[in-house]
Amino acid sequence: MQQQIVKVKNKKGIHVIPGFSLSMGVTITLLGLIVLIPLASIALTASKLSPMEFFKIVTDKQVVSGYIVSLSCALIAALVNSVFGVILAWVLVRYDFPCKRIVDGMIELPFALPTAVAGIALTSLYVDKGWIGGIFAQAGIEIAYTSIGITIAMIFIGIPFVVRSIQPVLEKLDNEYEEAAAILGASRRRIFFKVIFPEIFPAMLTGFGLALARGIGEYGSVVFIAGNIPLKTQIAPLLIVSKLEQYKYADATAIALILLIISFLILLLINIIQVRTSKYTNS
Amino acid sequence: MANKKAFHKKESRSKPLPAETDTLTEISKVIEQKHNTGSKKVEICLIVISLLFLFVMLLLPLLVVVISALKDGFTAYMNAVTDSYTIKALTLTILATVIAVVINTVFGIFAAWTISKYHFRGKQFLVSLIDIPFAISPVIAGLIFILTFGNIGWAKGLADLLGTKIVFAVPGVVIATIFVTFPFISREILPVLNAQGKDEEEAAALMGASGFKIFRKITFPHIKWALLYGIILCSARAMGEFGAVSVLSGRLRGKTTTLPLHVEILYNEFNTTAAFAVSSILVILAVLILIARNIVEYKKKQ
Repeated sequence: MQQQIVKVKNKKGIHVIPGFSLSMGVTITLLGLIVLIPLASIALTASKLSPMEFFKIVTDKQVVSGYIVSLSCALIAALVNSVFGVILAWVLVRYDFPCKRIVDGMIELPFALPTAVAGIALTSLYVDKGWIGGIFAQAGIEIAYTSIGITIAMIFIGIPFVVRSIQPVLEKLDNEYEEAAAILGASRRRIFFKVIFPEIFPAMLTGFGLALARGIGEYGSVVFIAGNIPLKTQIAPLLIVSKLEQYKYADATAIALILLIISFLILLLINIIQVRTSKYTNS
Repeated sequence: MANKKAFHKKESRSKPLPAETDTLTEISKVIEQKHNTGSKKVEICLIVISLLFLFVMLLLPLLVVVISALKDGFTAYMNAVTDSYTIKALTLTILATVIAVVINTVFGIFAAWTISKYHFRGKQFLVSLIDIPFAISPVIAGLIFILTFGNIGWAKGLADLLGTKIVFAVPGVVIATIFVTFPFISREILPVLNAQGKDEEEAAALMGASGFKIFRKITFPHIKWALLYGIILCSARAMGEFGAVSVLSGRLRGKTTTLPLHVEILYNEFNTTAAFAVSSILVILAVLILIARNIVEYKKKQ
């Protein structure tokens, strides 16, 4: 059997380097043990539910509102991040200013800072008596414990995804085309939207998708600022946690399954659009 | 980087250019100058927007942590930081991080080596499978281990057989940490190995070197900075993991609480100063990690 497999593969290319079966074995074993087998449990548990039960759980008023809060806030946050991500990447690649290296290093802060710390820091910043929340409270706008607060936390955790997706593309971008466009008399704005933007668009989309998926699944940094008011600021991951705390495993699994499907669909969609646009721009 | 230098060179060259008879150059010079004066305003404007955004979104939360931690004076701060629960939480955090880094390093090297050095079917599929933990909400990561090893889990017998509890115990915390950081290291190494190709390894193999020798002598020197970079990212995420760990730990104070969970407990007890004091440990670690990351990235580029 083993021999046969090797022979089939030999048509494509011989494994000249020794150690294929060992390294493949270690990879598959660890992947299976840590990721795939536990992940299969979710399908296993969900399959024990009848379709009616499943439907009843995920169309519960509270659950639907959780999905809507998570999705809408993550969407707005990802959009805001796309705009600021382009600006930040542009400034970091094209301009020189003091402390640029430090600023560049700071972008990764949301990756490095534990989400729980980010959560309590943002909360105390945006509550009515906080530094920023206080300013808005005078204008009658509440931020913490509303969907604005959730969105801000999602902007915080999403920003590095967009900046770090766009930055390498901008760095590689040859400015010959821009110069050509400038010499032909195009305005700065036109050059940006007609020459530069199409080039960075696929990268921006990747960043947007990653930020969106992260925002939907985010728990630590959002849960503190959300305030968890039922039907208003309860995010979907929090619903899973509270179902688990009540030992309602089936409910938690059903909610999680829908959330998983949403995240995978987003990533798939982004992938498809990316392949299309890169074909388009390359031809 | 090289591109950027070229860009600046072109700019500086266009200004002091001596009077030339070539009209085309003249025209392009005028156009470029016009653009440069216009873009100066835009440049300052964009830089100010960026710095403001970063200050409000990233720097202020850090400042809040530091100032709130020291609000009740230095003694209160030291009391919170040297509290025995804090020390226990710190120990567990370090333990989980170290185990996660070791396992993910082993996996990352093997996975990246397999994917980049051999031809096989379903390679892209394997890459996607490895990336799954990135796409999954940390809460769901915790949930799947409860469904596997918890009271209703199908593998509970297996855990009992090994004589350990996994859910609501230290192994659960560790395994959740491994899961959420699983793709980090392979992801950093893979592009480097792909770019390097496999000619050198194949040459060595044809000359009769063993697999391990090839790795040690040829592959490792290529990936060492990427590996270190991956390890840094992995430890950053591992020490800060909250969602998955919080689902699996059961919050047994002093037993299964990591530092982020300890922060949450203190915060929910309205012990805000202590929560921020413990947070400041994590902030210091985060800043150290960022500095290390930048140094390694600089070395990697060289």
